[in-house]
Amino acid sequence: MKLSRALLLSLALSGSAFAQTKTLTVGVFPDLDTVVKAAIPGFKKLYPNIDVKVVSLAYADHHTALTTALSTGRGAGDVVAVDFGYIAKFAEGKGLVDLGKAPYNAGQYRSQFVAYTFPQAMTQDGRMVAMPTDIGPGSMFYRTDLLARAKVSPTELNRSWESYVSAGKKVVAANPGKFLLPDAGQAAQIIIRTGLKSGEGLFFDKAGKVLVGPDNPRFVRAFTVAKQIRDAGLDARTGNAFSAEWTNAFQKGTVATEFNGAWLVGHMQNWLAKDFKGKWGAQDLPGNTFASWGGSFYAIPEQSKNKAEAWALIKYLTTNPAQQVLAFKTTGAFPALRSAATNPVFNEGVPYLGNQKARVLWRRATTKIQPIDVNKLDPVAEQIVGEALGSVLDGSKDIQTALGEAQRLITRRAR
Amino acid sequence: MTPSVSSPPQGRRAGGWSEFQRRYAPYLFISPFFLLFFAFGLFPILFNAYLSFMEWQPGTGLGDMKFVGLRNYTDNLTDPAFWQSLKNTAILALLSGLPQHLLAIPLAFAVAGVLKRMQHLVTAVYFLPYITSIVAISVIFFTLFSWQYGVINAALVSLHQLPLIGGLFPAEKINWLGQKEYVQPAIALVVIWRYVGWNMLLYLAGIQSIPKELYEAASVDGATGGQQFRFITLPLLRPTMFMAVTLSLIGGFQLFEEPFILTNGSGGAGQAGLTTIMYMYRTYAQYSDAGVAAAMSWLLFAVIGVLTFLNNRAFGRSGLAGRD
Repeated sequence: MKLSRALLLSLALSGSAFAQTKTLTVGVFPDLDTVVKAAIPGFKKLYPNIDVKVVSLAYADHHTALTTALSTGRGAGDVVAVDFGYIAKFAEGKGLVDLGKAPYNAGQYRSQFVAYTFPQAMTQDGRMVAMPTDIGPGSMFYRTDLLARAKVSPTELNRSWESYVSAGKKVVAANPGKFLLPDAGQAAQIIIRTGLKSGEGLFFDKAGKVLVGPDNPRFVRAFTVAKQIRDAGLDARTGNAFSAEWTNAFQKGTVATEFNGAWLVGHMQNWLAKDFKGKWGAQDLPGNTFASWGGSFYAIPEQSKNKAEAWALIKYLTTNPAQQVLAFKTTGAFPALRSAATNPVFNEGVPYLGNQKARVLWRRATTKIQPIDVNKLDPVAEQIVGEALGSVLDGSKDIQTALGEAQRLITRRAR
Repeated sequence: MTPSVSSPPQGRRAGGWSEFQRRYAPYLFISPFFLLFFAFGLFPILFNAYLSFMEWQPGTGLGDMKFVGLRNYTDNLTDPAFWQSLKNTAILALLSGLPQHLLAIPLAFAVAGVLKRMQHLVTAVYFLPYITSIVAISVIFFTLFSWQYGVINAALVSLHQLPLIGGLFPAEKINWLGQKEYVQPAIALVVIWRYVGWNMLLYLAGIQSIPKELYEAASVDGATGGQQFRFITLPLLRPTMFMAVTLSLIGGFQLFEEPFILTNGSGGAGQAGLTTIMYMYRTYAQYSDAGVAAAMSWLLFAVIGVLTFLNNRAFGRSGLAGRD
């Protein structure tokens, strides 16, 4: 009798629990999938009634599948990871839930996050479509041995862009067969992304007016510095990051510096520059500038039927300091939550960088990176500016002509 | 008596069934193809045509389409990058198409004649690139074309150091995929390498259908191998040539994989490797402008249609009729 009553009681209890058990589907790409998987045990302790199913696709496939799912209104997960490069594209439509509104009210967490991350996830009309989880503070990586041979200090390189070029010439002169950096275009891309006036996007201002042009000092300077680097024969002309030539330059150890997100260290130690452990160091970008390389976000598709549970998971993944530290330990991607970056692990040396305490440097950089307004035509403008830069670097056009043409081409697209 | 009474309804029933079968079974049997064709062939084409008159960003949901009339078409026709891509495509089609046939015809003739014993082996070897994964191909050709460490550059530089003929070869390493002038030849080389085997197979089939008596008669008359090729093989190969050239034309103007992979999707230095299909893909995936991309595909369709028609007029009709 006693037993059966206990049984009934427990049945009743678990019955109510079973009735509420829900399965969340999380659409994500590597390495972020390992973070979500690592988070499940901790999340289950807080929410025993929510099961989490991880669907991981390769980076490009994930975003393509998400585009299709949002277009047709079915097939997306309850929580989806979105890389920074795709935020603007998905933000334009109405496929993602506005997390700024009730019941989510994501705005209340804004002060807890690295300042530039929230604006990145917000649309021009003020909707907030995703929560930031990791970020990519930019850094100048340099080969300590190559610099030492030229008797050039890293601070001499990054004092300003002018001194980067002049000290760079010394580095190349002292190391025959080596180059200062993979591609001159990288310098231009950073200059374009830094020193923006408030209210400016990269290529458009708030009113949608095209900023690219021969009269804009930011673009003229970017093109000029890149051209100086190319003409002095300082770059290995590898083209884009992760191209075959770019990869080759790292594996063979022929470049002395590289500008990229802090996460590049993970690639370098695992495969990109495995043989050069202890020979790379990190510093701020030249000219006291700060920029970010990518970053990951979580969003809830409008089509999800488990929005409350999805939000619980996103809150756990992004606002829980222990989880953000765990994520950092899992993949090495920098946390977007500020309190996570105060964990002692951030004061430890980075073994690959000769035990340099680079994370302190990057943490400081995250506070100085400015948010940049996004425009839906950014991908078009970026492509056109990139082509203009290419034509300047290969000598087929001068800077004024190339920027003038780029201005016309972008303006005809901006309707 | 009884059977005769009961049999008509049975017969009618059976007749109904067999009638039904005779009428509809063929449609039923053929329906898998049509269902698949409607779902994956016709519908996308019609939807694409519809899309070409709309402004739509993929990812915003199907409800967000806006009718814009012919604007997507005029946008493309006034876009310098579109014309540039069309020009690149035409150059690449010519640069890769012509050598394919100039190599494949003599090759097929040689395989059919001199190399007859090893015909299957040789055909298989030449056909291999056609069925190799494009990713594997790209790895090989990146290694060959690499500026600093490439095999081709290593070979050229060492040839330059030869005493007499060294002057013919460049002293500097050539940045094959990073310099405007060399992007198109480099891509064309890969395309040629990939499709010569396929064309050779077409021509081989064409050559084998030429009656042997003609060659025997010619050799009795004392014609050399070269003369046989010139006066028998080439004229009788005309229908095959028409078909092979048409296929090359269509394939050439739809070129995507090779330039996309070799330039990492960027179009390469000076955008010299940007084909129209690549630009269409970029307009859709990168610019999120589905309507303009759809209109672009119809413009390309028109170009291919006109060229195929001209090709048909040039040597198709007489060739197909087997006159000449």
